[in-house]
Amino acid sequence: MKTNDLILQTTTKVVVFIILLFAVYIFFAGHYTPGGGFVGGLLTSGAIVLLLLAFDLKTLQNFLPFNYIYMIAIGLLFSIGTGAGSLLFNVPFLTHAFTHIDLPILGDLSLHTATLFDLGVFLVVVGVTMTIIQTIGGDE
Amino acid sequence: MIEIVKLIIIFFIMVGAFLNLVAALGVIRLPDVYTRNHAASKASALGIMSILLGTFLYFYFINHHFNSRILLGIVFFFLTTPVAGHLIGRASYNSGVKLWDKSVQDDLKKSKNNPENRE
Repeated sequence: MKTNDLILQTTTKVVVFIILLFAVYIFFAGHYTPGGGFVGGLLTSGAIVLLLLAFDLKTLQNFLPFNYIYMIAIGLLFSIGTGAGSLLFNVPFLTHAFTHIDLPILGDLSLHTATLFDLGVFLVVVGVTMTIIQTIGGDE
Repeated sequence: MIEIVKLIIIFFIMVGAFLNLVAALGVIRLPDVYTRNHAASKASALGIMSILLGTFLYFYFINHHFNSRILLGIVFFFLTTPVAGHLIGRASYNSGVKLWDKSVQDDLKKSKNNPENRE
């Protein structure tokens, strides 16, 4: 019998944006409220897994052409880079700094280098999860 | 004002808890997969949405905290619960789960036996 996944695919197209929005929110809210790079990364890979369930591996490779192993490497570089950057200012490894910046539209932002470290964690988590799932799921 | 709001919050949370109880009873009492799925996916979705609405109103009016995550959760449940019910029902039909003996109508069977729809 012929089946189609129209309902699943249409819902996925809407729901993935909600999950990605929530993942970005969780990532940026991690400093003051529960959340952070790890949960944000897991939510993002959850959204990608939902796409993987509704469509197939090749379609997914078409509209998200990432190499997840490079993503792990870039994430580790971000984390090591923020740690090693503190050595340039004669302070111990992994010392973080923050500052207040007034931008025209966004207003008073307190920017912290821990966010860059968290971005590294985020990329590593997304990369590892997607590598595991694609390796198990793919049959070539 | 605040007492009326409290009454509305109590109403929403009690209705939500009651609907979830109804859903659980439906899962126990109904005869086959499809009717159980019907009870579980409909009643509990409305129940959870109404509990979330009560929670949102509580934090908005008592603590003056606008929690947009709860509204996002309501939208998310509204979108995903029916789809989950649909997928479970279709998967069970395609894997050959029988309908209840007293069911009278099975239109999907006709289209399944129709040679045009065969793969």
